[in-house]
Amino acid sequence: MASESELNAGIEDGVRRRDFINIAAVSFAGVGAVAVVVPLLNQMNPSADVLALSTTEIDISAIQPGQAIKTSWRKQPVFVRNLVAKEIAEAKAVPLGDLRDPETIDQRTKPGKENWLITLGVCTHLGCVPLGAAEGENKGDFGGYFCPCHGSHYDTAARIRKGPAPKNLVVPPYEFNSDTVVTIG
Amino acid sequence: MSFPWAKPYEPTHPLMKWMDEKLPIPRLVYNATGPGYPVPRNLNYFWNFGVLAGAALMIQIITGIVLAMHYAANASVAFNSVEHIMRDVNAGWFIRYAHMNGASMFFIVVYLHIFRGLYYGSYKAPREMVWLLGVVIFLLMMATAFMGYVLPWGQMSFWGAQVITGFFSAIPIVGEPVREWLLGGFVPDNATLNRFFSLHYLLPFVILGVIILHIWALHIPGSSNPTGIEVKDEQDTVPFHPYYTAKDGFGVGVFLLIFVALTFFSPNTLGHADNYIPANSLSTPAHIVPEWYFLPFYAILKAFTFNFLWIDAKLWGVIAMFASIALLFFLPWLDSSPIKSSNYRPLYRIFFWILVADVLLLGFCGMQPAEQPYVILSQLGAIYYFAHFLVILPIVSRIERPLPMPNSITEAVLAKHATDTASASATA
Repeated sequence: MASESELNAGIEDGVRRRDFINIAAVSFAGVGAVAVVVPLLNQMNPSADVLALSTTEIDISAIQPGQAIKTSWRKQPVFVRNLVAKEIAEAKAVPLGDLRDPETIDQRTKPGKENWLITLGVCTHLGCVPLGAAEGENKGDFGGYFCPCHGSHYDTAARIRKGPAPKNLVVPPYEFNSDTVVTIG
Repeated sequence: MSFPWAKPYEPTHPLMKWMDEKLPIPRLVYNATGPGYPVPRNLNYFWNFGVLAGAALMIQIITGIVLAMHYAANASVAFNSVEHIMRDVNAGWFIRYAHMNGASMFFIVVYLHIFRGLYYGSYKAPREMVWLLGVVIFLLMMATAFMGYVLPWGQMSFWGAQVITGFFSAIPIVGEPVREWLLGGFVPDNATLNRFFSLHYLLPFVILGVIILHIWALHIPGSSNPTGIEVKDEQDTVPFHPYYTAKDGFGVGVFLLIFVALTFFSPNTLGHADNYIPANSLSTPAHIVPEWYFLPFYAILKAFTFNFLWIDAKLWGVIAMFASIALLFFLPWLDSSPIKSSNYRPLYRIFFWILVADVLLLGFCGMQPAEQPYVILSQLGAIYYFAHFLVILPIVSRIERPLPMPNSITEAVLAKHATDTASASATA
């Protein structure tokens, strides 16, 4: 055992040298441990090749008014729907106050292209693919999409109207390259 | 860690003496599951289910290790590798069906074990830690079973992974990044499958570790018993071996009979046909349901279809589902009655059976599509479930007048023996 005088050697501002070394060493080991945890956790995030799939080009020329197609972006389904005037009118007629996630159809489409409704086909509840994109599928109570997993109903602007989903179907980032080609991502 | 009258371990053979000095594993076994561990003399067959759960875990570990020798955890070949196991690998069909149904058997046994604990008050002092570790094991089992179900990469695997990781996206702000972190992508894909395989292989051994703690914690006060009266002296107990090794051995035999009957004659009854369709990220099966053992919790999740206060329906569902299990951690302190066994709790006993019926109702609702009347039934079921633990139990344990209790385990056993012989001679 070190004597009291040895322990008190180098005492400055009331901090004993040995306590300082002890706390500094343990703290530094702690910082090191945390630094090692970062890559161990970060490896689980989407890898570079997964992120690289982030743009998709689609040809929309064959989609007739009233029709919709299902394509995919980042391996997620995407719905591209060519709305008819009646569907646009229906979406516009809904007061924003009635909506769970208030957005107008203009905010969800591009200016001058408001007949093109492009959304992810991923229910915002727990991620099932809603029905309503293909001919003859259940479009729900509001004429848009219906998720069969837990019963969420979306309207003609793919906005949540009924059921457990909290948000409207997500509009992915996209641009019109021309009148018939769209790049998503 | 045992009663003073426990038979001491006294090795006679020189080799066993040598072993006892160097590494006393035989001593540990002798004092834990041998003649050196006194156990209440009146345990009924409901006390078999701990050993049965251990047996089920061992079956899962052994069949699982074998399956991993043939399975390929890659999204492009996983489905086919499972079919390869089913069709080409020698006895592969048997090993996979045993693993698949073994999971169901494990849950059946564990649910009976849990309800045994609820009926006989096994969670009460001095065994709270045994109960808490048990709930941890249950949570680990659920995580393991879920990840295992994803591995065949069928439609139910894929959409189960999508929906269950979707729970995390309900968390405000960080939810979506957390989900992407769990999946390693934007949808379940190769990265997801690989990590689930890695964890599905790891977690059973974590479960094994927690089981050792569970048994360690149990062996400090010793087992509870159907009267709920603690052991008072030597005549209340019998040595674990040979009495309960024999009784558990018989139980294991019955368990295996049911297990092989299910595996050989009805291996797909508890599964879903949709999981024999390869995963397709663009099409959700019309009716997705989890495995049967998750149904009551799934019904609680689905019961929330409306926003309430400032929290949306989706987050409510997820909170309620996790809370329904987390609630069990608080059970030892929600039930303040000092009487353990429901045999002497006339009021609690009624509510216990209502809870059993409620959980079965929730299980039934979990299977049904998200439409009326099932939505309202799950809502009522979910409300009752929470009311049982948070309202009924604390009140019942305060107002209940317990039935007269015997003074000791031996007195209870002998009284029962006396009435049995009396009624036997009366009928004779």
